[in-house]
Amino acid sequence: MAAGKDDAARPVTTAERAGDRELVVTRRFNAPAALVFKAWTTPQLLMQWWAPKSFCVTFISCDADYRTGGSYRFMMGHPSSDQPMAFFGKFLDVTPPSRLVWTNEEGGPDGAVTTVTFEEQDGQTLVVLRDLYPTREALDAAIASGATSGFGEQFAQLDAVLAG
Amino acid sequence: MPSRGARRVSQSVGSRAADAACDETDAVALAAPPPGCYTLNQMVQYSRSPAFAALADATRRGVLEQLGRCDASISALAETFHMTLTGMKKHVGLLEEAGLVVTQKVGRVRTCRLGASRLDEEAAWIERYRLLWAARFDALDTVIADLKAREKKHGRRKR
Repeated sequence: MAAGKDDAARPVTTAERAGDRELVVTRRFNAPAALVFKAWTTPQLLMQWWAPKSFCVTFISCDADYRTGGSYRFMMGHPSSDQPMAFFGKFLDVTPPSRLVWTNEEGGPDGAVTTVTFEEQDGQTLVVLRDLYPTREALDAAIASGATSGFGEQFAQLDAVLAG
Repeated sequence: MPSRGARRVSQSVGSRAADAACDETDAVALAAPPPGCYTLNQMVQYSRSPAFAALADATRRGVLEQLGRCDASISALAETFHMTLTGMKKHVGLLEEAGLVVTQKVGRVRTCRLGASRLDEEAAWIERYRLLWAARFDALDTVIADLKAREKKHGRRKR
């Protein structure tokens, strides 16, 4: 498992709980903010990276109106299920190329509001993503459920429906 | 409840890296994933967490097991594990940093007890959450590199 030069050069992704009801993820990209923002807000490009192969998730379709007040609906598939799962919500703020805020409504009212900021420094872009839950209990419950970032919640719900 | 945490912690140590991979299965509440779904790289990243480092030692795992039975002072732990007070202080310090143990000084005695077992679960969950974003962002790097190459090729019309 010798770490090659490429591995060493790959920017680190950090994640931590910040306070009672928030999770913060950071990552640096070797590109201007406009480019990172474009890759994030162009459905055809988003589909290339949002559903990582290592998590065995496939991105089936992506409908998204990247305007403040616009809505989105992502359909995802997983080998364990015949039926695709929907992830949906609204964009509360779309300010190219620096800020993107959306709701995560597939899990009900306890879903997080995600805020992403794109901060350009010397041709690089620092991306800071914050998942803010409505209450401490909502975040605790998300952690206790074992679900990660929506995928699990969705599939767990499907399991419950199938089992019932 | 604390003993449950300690037992789980101590049992899972040897296969912790493997567990990290399996945990992703739990994350999506699914049966066994297709082979090759989880990379070595993810396991290596997992091993960087403070809890992992704290658990990579037989004495510290023993201390957790012991504290799962009852709270104990550092000097009592030193005696149980046949080591110096200074040595035990170091071990307890690492466990404390990882959130696995909480200490409290009453008079001249520092008493140790297990940290809320949730801490351990929470750390594991946040690590899975981080792995998801790390995987996404690594793929995003590729998309961005493609975009950059394309913009270069198609000239600087926009500028």
